[in-house]
Amino acid sequence: MGQALVAGLCLSSSVVSVSVSAEELGYPEKEELKFGFIKLTDMAPIAIAYEKGYFEDEGLYVTIEAQANWKVLLDGVIDGRLDGAHMLAGQPIAATIGYGTKAEIITPFSMDLNGNGITVSNEIWKQMKPNIPKQADGKPVHPIKADALKPVVEKYSEAGKPFNMGMVFPVSTHNYELRYWLAAGGIHPGYYAPHKGDTSGQIDAQALLSVTPPPQMPATLEAGTIYGYCVGEPWNQQAVFKGIGVPVVTDYEIWKDNPEKVFGITKAFAEKYPNTTIRLTRALIRAAKWLDENDNANRPEAVKILSQSNYVGADYDVIANSMTGTFEYEKGDKRAVPDFNVFFRYNATYPFYSDAIWYLTQMRRWGQISDDKPDSWYFDVAKKVYRPDIYMKAVQSLVDEKIMPATDFASLDGEDGFRSPQTHFIDNIVYDGTKPNEYINKFNIGLKAGDKI
Amino acid sequence: MATSEGQPSWATNALRWLSNHIKAIVLPIVGIGIFLIIWSFAASKIDTSLGKFPGPTAVATQVVNLYQEHNTEREKEAAFYQRQEERNAKRVAKDPNYVPKIRAYTGKETFIDQIGTSLITVMSGFAVAAAIAIPLGIAIGLSKNLNTAINPIIQIFKPVSPLAWLPLVTMVVSAVYVSPEPMFAKSFLNSMITVTLCCLWPMVINTSVGVSAINSDWNNVSRVLRLPSLVHVQKIVLPASIPAIFTGMRLSLGIAWMVLIAAEMLAQNPGLGKFVWDEFQNGSSQSLSRIMTAVFVIGFIGFLLDRGMLQLQRIVSWDKASANR
Repeated sequence: MGQALVAGLCLSSSVVSVSVSAEELGYPEKEELKFGFIKLTDMAPIAIAYEKGYFEDEGLYVTIEAQANWKVLLDGVIDGRLDGAHMLAGQPIAATIGYGTKAEIITPFSMDLNGNGITVSNEIWKQMKPNIPKQADGKPVHPIKADALKPVVEKYSEAGKPFNMGMVFPVSTHNYELRYWLAAGGIHPGYYAPHKGDTSGQIDAQALLSVTPPPQMPATLEAGTIYGYCVGEPWNQQAVFKGIGVPVVTDYEIWKDNPEKVFGITKAFAEKYPNTTIRLTRALIRAAKWLDENDNANRPEAVKILSQSNYVGADYDVIANSMTGTFEYEKGDKRAVPDFNVFFRYNATYPFYSDAIWYLTQMRRWGQISDDKPDSWYFDVAKKVYRPDIYMKAVQSLVDEKIMPATDFASLDGEDGFRSPQTHFIDNIVYDGTKPNEYINKFNIGLKAGDKI
Repeated sequence: MATSEGQPSWATNALRWLSNHIKAIVLPIVGIGIFLIIWSFAASKIDTSLGKFPGPTAVATQVVNLYQEHNTEREKEAAFYQRQEERNAKRVAKDPNYVPKIRAYTGKETFIDQIGTSLITVMSGFAVAAAIAIPLGIAIGLSKNLNTAINPIIQIFKPVSPLAWLPLVTMVVSAVYVSPEPMFAKSFLNSMITVTLCCLWPMVINTSVGVSAINSDWNNVSRVLRLPSLVHVQKIVLPASIPAIFTGMRLSLGIAWMVLIAAEMLAQNPGLGKFVWDEFQNGSSQSLSRIMTAVFVIGFIGFLLDRGMLQLQRIVSWDKASANR
């Protein structure tokens, strides 16, 4: 049964436009499913697929359950307590290469672009503010670079005090984003050395990063355990509402339209239940489309759903702040960020190999991958984890059954899984997914070819 | 007060009667009233980053909210089953060989559902513990040698916080309890076994103490009558140690309820503890008042459990005095 799935990584160009071999999709092999998520707004496609009945349309009866933290969630998927989950893009990749827990997890669906921010405490913001240039209206110029934070960190280290910051998981987008931003501003976030048993990631560090689960970030910041953090929404806006911190930069400004969460399932699940896998992907694609339809017209309704206590549960106003096209930095400094969180536009749901490779380059950059690897290794890992073949089968059947028009996916025509070189990084370094080693060597801070801790 | 020359009049009797009843009814009301006043005053003075600390009115509002949410969820559930039947019917029409199947509702657990889950878990854990601890306690109480052998183990495990067991229990259950169609959810087993582990010790210790403290006359009677050992246990030991056994059970149940809530919070297992933790994580402006409501419900249920156990003890035990300890 699984052969059909394993067989093809061939992304034939005609896959969308032609519907000759319209083979009817069978009933799901497993109908009762349990999906996990973390209380973050980017879990929206799962909540919407449930609430709008897209899962039921596929004959899937899905229970959705909030998880305590990313580790519990990952373990749940690996040991089968959960059938699938909203995951950090780095989780399936790290599991496949055996960093942390070893398991074969794949993703047929990328959940969103952007959606994170970096927040610092009021005290740190006060110290950063004099270093930030002002606009004509007196408000700080955005994007704010870590250059403004560097003197503050140096002051702390001269006083012999550690500069602690929080991120959500060692292989999280947030860890890499926070590191990227710090390093771009000349602050060293520290290396990992798993071959020596050091997985704290604080070797040579000027800013000490540690793990805190997303919903606990504001409370941890308030308690003074950390001075800043990188997390997804609504936990940056929550800091503004609670008056305990100031978001200084969004991930949209660190890397415009960066890939974020994915939907993860085990490889064994996908092979054992191919129809179920395609069907759940279909439901998620429809939900993503609904979220972005008509210029985000459905977002207020989505926010209402997400504010239910069984989903994200934060107040409507807090969630709406980022989900409806704006973002509030310092209290009262609300700015338009129409693409703060993208679910469908710009092929957000397609699992690009180049996205997986970017994560791998960052794992190598910070030492989570101890040794040099040839470019081909990066491609192989990406192809093992990211599964556009399943995604395209789901798309094909949606188009065949006239549930979605082919025009929704027109730009995926002839897609080879690699985005063209991306330029919108805060440090202006260009990322070309076809040349991972070349990319790694471009950074001032970080391991380069031949380096070893 | 109104006595004249030591002669109690009907008025004094009436006053005494009244004052007794006033004490029984009015004093608790006064106590609760003062508590409510202090609470609402203190609450209005505490500003958290999630808004004011919830006062009595906020909690009252949440009680109504939670009940309404429960009703809404039940309506959704009915709609869910109806949709499912329609879908099944459609599929049967298309594929006559298909045997329709009804899947359980997939919506969220309401506050009231969570209460039910917690109660079932605590009762199961407690029952399992009783089934192990009471026979073990009797055996230890009867045999000095066994007591000497097992006592050190009991003394070491007794002071361990049951929550320290939780990670071990979780890992062991995941490893051992593997079945494609599990009868119980793993999360239920984890909570239940943790509860069992914390219930064991007070029951074992109390039972064994009760058994070893049996009046020696009764033992002598049994010896004179040459009762076989099983009959000895049944006719002499069990009835004699019932007060002690029940004291142990009451202690255990109290601990079990406290531990269960903490375990559910820690492991995100379904139940009231999960409700509290989810609300804390939500960080909405209603979260604190919902948590406060849960706190009262937890306390109230704990109180009812204790009263229930006490009532049972009064019915079963011959030593009525022991029930009031």
